[in-house]
Amino acid sequence: MNVKTETRTPTSADPSVKLAIADCDIHPSPKSVEKEIYPYLEERWRKHNDIYGLILRQPYQSGPAYPKGQPDAARRDAYVPGGGRPGSDVKYMGTHHLDEHNVQLGVLNPLRSGQGLQNVDFAAAYCRAVNDWQISHWTSQDARLKGSVCLPYEDAALSVEEIERRAGDPNFVQAFMLIRTSEPMGQRRYWPIYDALAAANMPLAVHAFGFGGTPSTSSGWPSYYIEDMVAHAQSAQSMVMSLVMEGVFERAPGLKVVVVEAGFAWLPPLAWRLDRIWEKNRAELPHVKRPPSEYIRDHIWLTTQPFEEPDRRSHLKDTMEWIGWDKLLFATDYPHWDFDDPARLPLPKVDKATRENFFLGNALDLYGLR
Amino acid sequence: MPAVAPGAIDCDLHPAVPNVKALLPYFDDHWRDMIVQRGVHELDSISYPNNAPMTARPDWKPETGKAGVDLDRLRAEALDGFQTSLAICNCLYGVQLLYTEDMAYAYARAVNDWMAAEWLDKEPRLRASIVIPPQNPEYAAAEIDRLAGDKRFVQVLMLVMDEMPLGRRRYWPIYKAAERHGLPIGIHAGSAYRHPTTPVGWPSYHAEDSAAQAQAFQTTLSSLMTEGVFAEFPELKVVLLESGFAWLPSHMWRLGKFWRGLRMEIPWVDRHPMEIAKEHVRLTINPRDVPPSAEAVERLMNHFESDEMLLFSTDYPHWQFDGDDALPDGISPALAQKICQDNPLATYPRLKETVS
Repeated sequence: MNVKTETRTPTSADPSVKLAIADCDIHPSPKSVEKEIYPYLEERWRKHNDIYGLILRQPYQSGPAYPKGQPDAARRDAYVPGGGRPGSDVKYMGTHHLDEHNVQLGVLNPLRSGQGLQNVDFAAAYCRAVNDWQISHWTSQDARLKGSVCLPYEDAALSVEEIERRAGDPNFVQAFMLIRTSEPMGQRRYWPIYDALAAANMPLAVHAFGFGGTPSTSSGWPSYYIEDMVAHAQSAQSMVMSLVMEGVFERAPGLKVVVVEAGFAWLPPLAWRLDRIWEKNRAELPHVKRPPSEYIRDHIWLTTQPFEEPDRRSHLKDTMEWIGWDKLLFATDYPHWDFDDPARLPLPKVDKATRENFFLGNALDLYGLR
Repeated sequence: MPAVAPGAIDCDLHPAVPNVKALLPYFDDHWRDMIVQRGVHELDSISYPNNAPMTARPDWKPETGKAGVDLDRLRAEALDGFQTSLAICNCLYGVQLLYTEDMAYAYARAVNDWMAAEWLDKEPRLRASIVIPPQNPEYAAAEIDRLAGDKRFVQVLMLVMDEMPLGRRRYWPIYKAAERHGLPIGIHAGSAYRHPTTPVGWPSYHAEDSAAQAQAFQTTLSSLMTEGVFAEFPELKVVLLESGFAWLPSHMWRLGKFWRGLRMEIPWVDRHPMEIAKEHVRLTINPRDVPPSAEAVERLMNHFESDEMLLFSTDYPHWQFDGDDALPDGISPALAQKICQDNPLATYPRLKETVS
């Protein structure tokens, strides 16, 4: 939130007394596309970008379909001193965020990465460049940071090439897609991606937003930014439903999916609902061999920002137990406005081990970094 | 399982139009000619494939033809079966799916007149929702005005997935007319199929279409609240029919969280969405997307922070439960009483007007 925060007490600024955490959703940006991304793009695509820019399935050449609540959806204190967009300087991110909150593992999820571009060849070239840039400008500069392999997911074959290019590279901990795909993610056009990820033992993060082109609600386009933001949770439900009901987890039993920045309290009701409908429609779904809730329990992780805030913390505790504490990953969304501060998270009371796993251990286990 | 005590009010059951022939007497000459000459097909929505498992409970399914067309069976299976005192009929003939608004208006009038003559006149325990053509809100408001004098019509019926999110100002003439006559807006599962049934595109399976209704109800509630429908129409109640309900608390947490951060965009929303929901939103009890254990159901019920939001429904003849297991385990006897009688009576003021 864009409010003036209190000055930190000296103890809270001392990382040695703070819980070490993993932040599973950090958004890095280039200071300048020309200076930082172009070196990794072929001449053809540099020219293409100069002429046409990044054309997505949304109305505007630059800027989002729904104007944000503040410029760049950013925390006002995240602008780089001396100039630069929020999240565009590895050194400033290191002091302003990683040191400040004792982030031991920070997972980078680049957003303007070429994903969802209308021109899939350009998408593939741009994603590849952004992946190279994550190494040169981020993971090689600060060992706490790990990258996400941005996939040009609307073309499965090009995505598989990128997965194979990065498989085994310790700079990356996961692959990366956006929730709003052009068809539901369980559809067969995407299956080669899941086969390749399972073979590479690489988790797949699926982040809010995306440019599939279909309305963001099944009743058409909403009016407000707040509706667009809340609707990520409904898109995420549809995405999880599709993966389960199309049989993706039967086909790729090694696939692990992390839902990022789309809420988490919706997961138990979705699982209960799918189980009931599955029971009555077994004949239509012979490829879904187990109750949907079991696939969800085995294959779905969720990051927690923006954190759920019911009036009563006990209600949140119920929900987190129903999901499974081992499936929840702490994230801040730095440098965005709806940042969750780990020191001020309204987390239900749990034992020390559960708390430490929530903030760090679950991520280390998922990414094989213990 | 919690018992449904005698006298319950069933807020969602589905008499079905057997075929277009049954409606013909209720059209004017022009539309009767059009329907016959053009050979207009049955308007059965793909939301309920006629032979799909959930469209008709096995023991409520006739040997041939559609379930829900026979008044005697509905009396025996739904009304006597649960000893209900009153039951609200929501006819799901695909009027809202037509692309021609004049035709939709004609069909809505025919369905409503058919409902009054073939069901309400013949069975005093039945009440009904007014079918409207949402394709044209002025026509819809006119149809509400036409029927509002008949107190057996207790609600206005819409489908959750229409051309636009239902909070959009385009629909406000409908809400204005409903509020004027003390009629709740019943929003039922289903789609006009103007858009893919999920926000990420068309799914492959009917089971997904069914499951996706819950997401549609969530975004619809977001729309009704953020557009300011309840600020503009403070007396209006919205009843979510065949919506599931387990998703409601967590959806309100989410909308409330963003309301705290972005309320400058929608200054007419001056309360937390959960507070608005407690006052204006009601949900029917079947289908029930609840956890498998009674203990978890009890915890889930606490998340509502209200015992006034849920309404009894059998969803007859759809298959949501077997036997007389109409309420999930984990609901206390006191809550069951609220769900089965008190809450429906409080939601539908006309129910009290029509029974002594």
